[in-house]
Amino acid sequence: MTDPTHIPADPHEETPLAPSAHRPSRWRAVWDGDLAWSFRRSPVALVAALVVLVMVLGAALAPLIAPYTPFDPASLNLFNGITPPFTANEFTGDYFLFGTDDQGRDVLSTILYGLRISLFVGVMAVLFAMLLGITLGLLAGYAGGWTDTVIMRVADVQLTFPSILVALLIFGVARGIVPIEHRADMAIWVLILAIGLSDWVQFARVVRGATLVQKDREYVQAARLIGRSNGAIMFRHILPNVLSPVLVIATISLALAIIAEATLSFLGVGAPPTQPSLGTLIRIGQDFLFSGEWWILFFPAMTLLALALSVNLLGDWLRDALNPRLR
Amino acid sequence: MTRMIGLGAAALMASTSLASAETVRWARAGDSLTLDPHAQNEGPTHTLAHQIYEPLILRDMTGELQPALATDWAVSEEDPNVWVFNLRDGVTFHDGSEFTAEDVVFSFERAQSETSAMKELLNSIVEVRAVDDHTVEFVTDGPNPILPANFTNLFVMDKGWTEENGVTAVQDIAAGETTYAATHANGTGPYVLESREPDVRTVLTQNEDYWGQGEFPLDVTRIEYTPIQNAATRVAALLSGEVDFIQDVPTQDIARVEGTEGLTVKTAPQNRVIFFGMNSGAEDIEGDDVDGANPLADPRVRQAMNMAINRDAIRQVVMRGQSEPAGMIAPPFVNGWTEALDALPEGDLDQARALMDEAGYGDGFSIQLDCPNDRYVNDEAICQAVVGMLGQIGVNVNLNAQSKAQHFPLIQNKTTDFFMLGWGVPTYDSEYVFNFLVHTPTDDRGSWNATGYSNPEVDAMIESLASETDLDVRSQTVADIWDTVQDETLYLPVHNQVLNWGETDSIDYPSVDPDDQPMFKYFTID
Repeated sequence: MTDPTHIPADPHEETPLAPSAHRPSRWRAVWDGDLAWSFRRSPVALVAALVVLVMVLGAALAPLIAPYTPFDPASLNLFNGITPPFTANEFTGDYFLFGTDDQGRDVLSTILYGLRISLFVGVMAVLFAMLLGITLGLLAGYAGGWTDTVIMRVADVQLTFPSILVALLIFGVARGIVPIEHRADMAIWVLILAIGLSDWVQFARVVRGATLVQKDREYVQAARLIGRSNGAIMFRHILPNVLSPVLVIATISLALAIIAEATLSFLGVGAPPTQPSLGTLIRIGQDFLFSGEWWILFFPAMTLLALALSVNLLGDWLRDALNPRLR
Repeated sequence: MTRMIGLGAAALMASTSLASAETVRWARAGDSLTLDPHAQNEGPTHTLAHQIYEPLILRDMTGELQPALATDWAVSEEDPNVWVFNLRDGVTFHDGSEFTAEDVVFSFERAQSETSAMKELLNSIVEVRAVDDHTVEFVTDGPNPILPANFTNLFVMDKGWTEENGVTAVQDIAAGETTYAATHANGTGPYVLESREPDVRTVLTQNEDYWGQGEFPLDVTRIEYTPIQNAATRVAALLSGEVDFIQDVPTQDIARVEGTEGLTVKTAPQNRVIFFGMNSGAEDIEGDDVDGANPLADPRVRQAMNMAINRDAIRQVVMRGQSEPAGMIAPPFVNGWTEALDALPEGDLDQARALMDEAGYGDGFSIQLDCPNDRYVNDEAICQAVVGMLGQIGVNVNLNAQSKAQHFPLIQNKTTDFFMLGWGVPTYDSEYVFNFLVHTPTDDRGSWNATGYSNPEVDAMIESLASETDLDVRSQTVADIWDTVQDETLYLPVHNQVLNWGETDSIDYPSVDPDDQPMFKYFTID
């Protein structure tokens, strides 16, 4: 990053190409930091990060690298249906690495496109849950009194329901409200809302606890003395000091959100078959479990497994790395 | 709760009092839509009703007409417009009340009423009258030689029971009504309703006072019917012995079930054709992206869509060979079917695209396709495949696949522009197809015609069929109507279904019923 105070006098003036050559870069600082050191020392974290990286890249670049565009109806040939993996189709001679499903869609391409949906829903749901959970947690911890009581009782009540039930409830209500012709377009956003709303309690509880510890510290008292507003104190002063546990929860929540999305889609209430996520693909593949066409289920299921496992392992590593008592 | 215990105790007593109690646990993809026997003209609904209620004449599992509540019938010697039916003596309903001509008159009048789904079958009847307790006369508006064949799914209810329970009117399913008769039943049939939880489980026990005791095998004493929508779950239930009989072995699992010791799959062509309907009558339609015009109103668009559907690919890949591609919307069982009419349209994509271009839709259009997902063999997969095929000529299809309980009202209320439907022909005559699917919707005809097609000439020809006694003239009229239907490309036929019934080896029956109506009184169990 360049120095924010540096303003080129003349727009045609050549900006220095590599400021890092003159002073230690941020990148270098991070690389030498505790976290990176612990990362380099953990083979599990390295492998998990690699798997996640490959999947994120695969999802992001799906339109470029997927061998077929599986959801463009004009490009499909039904005769390609049920082609086994690693072999060419007997009618058309087309080759599919992971085989095809009953509609002639390339399983590898559907996985790449499915990953996009799964990751997008997962990340957005966690961001939404974080936003909600951190705000309510800060508010509860900082304000105390009845604000705290109301927010935390709502959280307690919600914790007594399994989160998938909450998500199903929200999804059902949304289905009732959204007119049928918009359901397919809305499905992804409803999923994000449903999973996010069922997941905010974790964040709220942790942030509230940390805020209770921080709010009587000297720096908060000092800020109060110089007359900073409550909002500024909460978000500018306390928030940065309660973020590290949030980071750990966010990582683990991401794995859970991806699985929750898959579960909802598997139950048929999530991503529609025209925009399938990994869960939808597994639901479709399940119909062929008994008929020997294992690849339609196997590859999407293994992808989901690898993704969820890797994100979880990263979360575990992060928790250990950020915990000073475990060092 | 006490009622549940009471029912359980009654069932226990009933089953212990029989020498050999044989339960058949039966599953298929979808449930019956209602127990009201006149509220829905739909296969699975009639199938369940056939165990509980009875018609005057029955089509048995080999497709032959058999006497049921009537013992014999003939055209009156005095008047060719009158059919005389003699009713069976000594028949009682499940609640013990006696079956008489009054019940028949009441039931037929009920089936002719405004909200009935069966009225298309009875529109030639002017009057139903009881001559005495066991004789009924049907007066038609002209001689109708094939009238008895229309009666095979017309069930007789107890007049007294419907009056006591306030269900003399037929349940209006399309309007979302539920009634006492939709969840309770009182028939004369071989099985009595013990309990029912729609879409979950229905239990029937044998009627020990059934008139056919001694005449039919009646080996099955108890039926437990569970709809299982998911194909893999349904097969798993059969493989694990959780159910004994499934009516729809998924095409991809036939080999697996056959290869399992103790299980059999029996296959037979079904009297049912699967096709797509289009709203070609409206000026403009809601479900498309074309403003102020209806692309489906242009016959060239319909022809192009017909050409784009690759029926061989559907047969080979989606159905795995378990279907017979069709070019008309009547199966070969039906009087009026010809090989020439059933010939497949040429599958020429270039010509189809040229037709789209000519019609002014060279850049294509978008439209919603409504499809059931628990009614026909691989219904949703067929729709998905057709989405792909139509995409190749620029028709961008949004698929809306849902349960038949939501899908069928769309057709009956005519609120869909493009839909999948399957049609079986229990009368084995084209008139049935025309009455329901081609005639302009009126009080007593056209209830499933959501195409918006209305042609007074064709309507008049259809109406003439019921009273045409010269069979040559009648056949010619049938052929002429079919020519119009084909020329208009009113529907897009896909294929005739093949039935795959799977069961444990101990279960046997006369034959796989071409109408897909197992009747458990004919079942034998080793």
